[in-house]
Amino acid sequence: MSADVLSTEPHTPPVGTSLLSLTGIQKRFGAVRALSDVDFEVRAGEVVALVGDNGAGKSTLVKVMSGAGPADEGSYRIEGREVSIGTPAAASAHGVATVFQDLAICDNLDVVANLFLGRELTRGVALDEPEMERRTVELLEQLSVKLPSVRIPMASLSGGQRQSVAIVRALLGSPKVVLLDEPTAALGVAQTAQVLNLVERLRERGLGVVLISHNMADVMAVADRAVVLRLGRVAGRFDMADVSREQLVATITGADTNVVSERAARVAGRSAAAPAGTEGNQA
Amino acid sequence: MSTTSTDSAADAAAMDPAVPVPDAAPQQPKQMLRERLAGLRGGDLGSLPVVIGLAVIVIVFQSLNSTFLNSFNLVNLCLQIAAVGIIATGVTLVLLLGEIDLSVGSVSGLAAAILAVLNVNEGLPPVVALLAAAAGGLVIGTIHGLVFTKLGVPSFIVTLAGLLVWQGAQLQVLGSQGTINLPPSGGLQQFGRFSYLADWQSYGLAVVLPVLFLAAKLATRSRRTRAGLPVGAVWVPVAQALLLLAVLLAVVAKLSIDRGVPWIFVVFVAILALVEYVLRRTRYGRAVFAVGGNIEAARRAGIKVDALRTSVFAIASMLAAVGGTVAAMRLGFANQSSGAADTLINAIAAAVIGGTSLFGGRSRMYSALLGALVIGAIANGLDLLNLSSALRYIITGTVLLLAVVIDALASRGRRSAGR
Ligand SMILES: Nc1ncnc2c1ncn2[C@@H]1O[C@H](COP(=O)(O)OP(=O)(O)OP(=O)(O)O)[C@@H](O)[C@H]1O
Ligand SMILES: [Mg+2]
Repeated sequence: MSADVLSTEPHTPPVGTSLLSLTGIQKRFGAVRALSDVDFEVRAGEVVALVGDNGAGKSTLVKVMSGAGPADEGSYRIEGREVSIGTPAAASAHGVATVFQDLAICDNLDVVANLFLGRELTRGVALDEPEMERRTVELLEQLSVKLPSVRIPMASLSGGQRQSVAIVRALLGSPKVVLLDEPTAALGVAQTAQVLNLVERLRERGLGVVLISHNMADVMAVADRAVVLRLGRVAGRFDMADVSREQLVATITGADTNVVSERAARVAGRSAAAPAGTEGNQA
Repeated sequence: MSTTSTDSAADAAAMDPAVPVPDAAPQQPKQMLRERLAGLRGGDLGSLPVVIGLAVIVIVFQSLNSTFLNSFNLVNLCLQIAAVGIIATGVTLVLLLGEIDLSVGSVSGLAAAILAVLNVNEGLPPVVALLAAAAGGLVIGTIHGLVFTKLGVPSFIVTLAGLLVWQGAQLQVLGSQGTINLPPSGGLQQFGRFSYLADWQSYGLAVVLPVLFLAAKLATRSRRTRAGLPVGAVWVPVAQALLLLAVLLAVVAKLSIDRGVPWIFVVFVAILALVEYVLRRTRYGRAVFAVGGNIEAARRAGIKVDALRTSVFAIASMLAAVGGTVAAMRLGFANQSSGAADTLINAIAAAVIGGTSLFGGRSRMYSALLGALVIGAIANGLDLLNLSSALRYIITGTVLLLAVVIDALASRGRRSAGR
């Protein structure tokens, strides 16, 4: 086959270099300090999980990164260079792509049309359907995303397939960093695995991935690092290699490492759900 | 990753060809048939209900009055549906956005009045009067679109107000005269009533169109082959082209026994073909479908949603105006009731019956033509039986309701199949 359709590789920096880094981020909503003094970094070829309880500030931080809700204070660096990102367009121009939780997909259009929506290829005035389809097939193949057909309307795909298409669409702009806001929230076991596989493939391609999730199993499964937010502050940073699910949950809920919190963490772990099971502890 | 390829049968059940499926969908006939059947079970009836409905209408009217299918009457039918078909083409565009335009009848009437006044009272050449009427429609539609997008007034209200305002404008333009007759020997009436394709032209078209169709199919096919994409059997497009050739030759032969193919009918089909091309083969059309499907997704994809919607309202009103001028040219006059009565409901009915969803984002190919044929055949058949207005309103209304019910059921089927 011909050249890589993603065409990210040529200018993707080597694994480990800093792609996106935020320092001293402050964000207020009136009296609410949604983010205070947050530092955050994503490097090439890693998956960073952003975790925290409801209202911790995860979505606010993603909005800062995606340009949808710029910070009040703090610096935003792309590959070490200070940039000012005030709009989603500016973010994607700097190689930061976001897949929001509501996927923003046109159910009446097929996979190819959705992937190329707003940036269709043309020959003269007419759409270049064969070329768009070829690139779609190639891209899906490279990322091992399996769909029954690229010419069926999105409405007839499963949740995991739709999420996969949304992620693949974010890749068409050749981003360096991909922000995923709760990509597995509404998915079953098999479909979650499908999406996590895709996340791993993004990492293999040398992209930086930010994964927001309430699901500790997912986080433990794919993330290299985790950043825990609590009440708008960074409550902990972990290498997934040397952290247990209990420690993570304890940091999320803010409990010290004691018998009570460990028990709470165990309960939370057993009920498989996110920190919901530890709410009593937090109060 | 193991769950994906097993449930393609269920996926096929949810297939809906009412969206722009590129002509190149690589399918073997057997697979096409299977998906078609699966689609039928899944509640997607395709154009089948319309075609069956049309067949029933033809059989009923032909058995009640044997002149229904003779050449003279079929030429009349072509003349009769041209105007409503052009208006319905514009309505299709607005429905694709998930919006509605209730002013198309009034706008068509106003355009007829402008045409007559400029040509007859002011003595302007026909072409100038026609262009002015169409431009008037474009301006009106732009106003609708701006009020809708910038002020956030629902399209239903904007165009309902438009219905009244433009009808008032029509009365104003006509002034005290009430009715303005177009000169029988003038260009406008000549074109609308007495212009038919010469035999060589109509037979030429009947041959050239299938050839162009086949050429386009084969060109796409070879581009797909070069791109390494799967392609279907060659004989499928060949068979389709032959079928098209047979149908066109039969129609032309039938119409040529009488006066031939009316020019205004050709104008209608040409406009419709152009709109279909833009809708299904250009970025603009893709954006229209996207906005109708999920406006937020379209916006995030960088589509200028407001400008797009305004332009669609502008085009719809312009086509309504063109349809109004065609009606005036065919009838030979414009008066206070031009574009009144059932023009609006017929245009919307034609679009919906032909297979354009009221829920936005879905429209079958050439829905305005199929729908206009159904509406026109009913009106024409009842006229032949001297059963004019009362029954025609009831039957047209019932058929419209039926089409909307089918649309609503199909939409519900899609939702449940859409997991
Ligand atoms: N637009 C806004 N206006 C006012 N307050 C806001 C706004 N957006 C967020 N907040 C507040 O900022 C804090 C952080 O919210 P955020 O949505 O970032 O949390 P989150 O970590 O994404 O939570 P969840 O897990 O529930 O999605 C909350 O206290 C929230 O109420
Ligand atoms: Mg959130």
